[in-house]
Amino acid sequence: MKKFYIVRRALLILIVFIYLLPFIWTLGTSLKPDRELLEYPPRFFPENPDWSNYAKALKKFPFLMYLKNSVIITVGNVIGVLISAPLVAYGFSKINWKGREIFFGIMMSTIMLPGAVTMIPVFLIFRKLGWIDTFLPLVVPAFLGGGAMNVFLIRQFFNTIPNELLEAARIDGAGDLKIFFRIMLPMSKPVLALISVFTFVGSWNNYMGPLIYLMSEEKYPLALGMPTFMSRYGTYWNQAAAASILTLIPTIVFFLFAQKYLIEGIKLSGFK
Amino acid sequence: MTKKDLRNFFKGILFISPWLLGFIIFTAYPLFSSFYLSLTRYNVTMKAKWVGFENYIKLFNDPLFWKSLKNTLIYAAGLVPIGLVVALGIAILLNKPMKEVAFYRASIYMPSIVPAFAFAAVVTWFFHPYLGFVNKILEAIGIPAPLWLSSEKWVKPTIIIASQWGVGGAMLIFSAALKDIPKELYESALIDGAKPFTMFTKITLPLITPTILYYLVTSTIGALQIFDLPMLLTNGGPANSSLSLTMYIYRHAFTYVNMGYASAMAWVLFGLTAIFIAIYFITSKRWVHYQY
Repeated sequence: MKKFYIVRRALLILIVFIYLLPFIWTLGTSLKPDRELLEYPPRFFPENPDWSNYAKALKKFPFLMYLKNSVIITVGNVIGVLISAPLVAYGFSKINWKGREIFFGIMMSTIMLPGAVTMIPVFLIFRKLGWIDTFLPLVVPAFLGGGAMNVFLIRQFFNTIPNELLEAARIDGAGDLKIFFRIMLPMSKPVLALISVFTFVGSWNNYMGPLIYLMSEEKYPLALGMPTFMSRYGTYWNQAAAASILTLIPTIVFFLFAQKYLIEGIKLSGFK
Repeated sequence: MTKKDLRNFFKGILFISPWLLGFIIFTAYPLFSSFYLSLTRYNVTMKAKWVGFENYIKLFNDPLFWKSLKNTLIYAAGLVPIGLVVALGIAILLNKPMKEVAFYRASIYMPSIVPAFAFAAVVTWFFHPYLGFVNKILEAIGIPAPLWLSSEKWVKPTIIIASQWGVGGAMLIFSAALKDIPKELYESALIDGAKPFTMFTKITLPLITPTILYYLVTSTIGALQIFDLPMLLTNGGPANSSLSLTMYIYRHAFTYVNMGYASAMAWVLFGLTAIFIAIYFITSKRWVHYQY
């Protein structure tokens, strides 16, 4: 068995290396002076790291403008999902009502609907509302339901909270809203952290949404602004790499903050 | 319905009302609307003109539609099974008490949260035919290096390989499923003298079939809608050999403003997705085990 352990570890270290390779490579590239970019054989890290690429990237790319837009859109989405998904999950988990299963089934089946089918009419709705080239189409939907998958995950978690606890609170005179805010939400921190990560990452990285709804470049988030700019400065790999690293920092910080919840939060055993 | 039932019904509806509202505005109405649009000619500036099934007939004779459909099916045929093997394989390797598990898991999950454009940039440099990392290595060991993203033949395999960096999410879900398997099952199998391979096929695999079904459904839905990577890496090229159905829909909808034609294509994609999911669910009765 001991031999298996060594093989397993060696294999995992190799896999981790492969998965981190893009980051190592990008980090190395971001520190290369211009003349070392095309060097053969390629080196991971330059002998004399050139930190000025970061300053140049910040100057060349309207990085802070894109960053501001990304933050607005992403914070809006996280808030929207955190307000609306737990409420809906509560309705699907802790209130006994006729029709609950039917509505839940409808919600779950929407996961299977390709976005392309609703893309055009939804675009036309936003166009009619005059919301094209604003952040509203990218933020408002998060407040309306918060995503079927998120609701599902929270409901799974709510189901593990014993009903006796709620009954006791009801006897003490607590209404559903009070139970929701005082008992359910505080107990659900792991799953709420998990969906915050998913929502943050999904919204921060969303490329197609801004591509469809935003026209003016000063409204672009990083995910859309950076590729637009990069194709213009394609040859300056080192500066583009530095810009990419800068984009990654918020994601990585957020991820490290929430990662301990990642496994605890996933309770899929009830998926049938 | 008693009075209490009625009260609970309204309470339930009230709690789910954010979703219900979103469902009506962003799903139910658009669903009907897009089917209606698919039967019209519509370029936004003029009123939609009813043309019946003309768009669908046109699709049949559009070689680029067939090509994007074929590309999409190839993407799915590569992404779904390879992703399953990679994600499940890594989850199994991680499913042992090890001090560094958290580090391994975080590192492998990390690439899946990288923005598509940054990842696309890395992939471009990595697979660059002459300057890229991959071909330098292949040259060093004497393997003839393909042109990867610039080659009509290799562009789809390159995108499929590159996508394997994004299996972190699936890996986490399989990890959670493996953690749920009772340890006693393995212990008693070990006493019976079972080999690791037998334990895998007789205990692990059957017990995670619900998760595999979940993976198959979600990853097939995702693969059939592939957009970001081919768009950012190649914009569909070379010679449209990486053009996916969603990209072609996007092109017709927002570049050529053929909303009717694009809607017809979206419905074909919808039908395709429904067929795959139906196959999974119908066959699942035979291979998914829900009892321990």
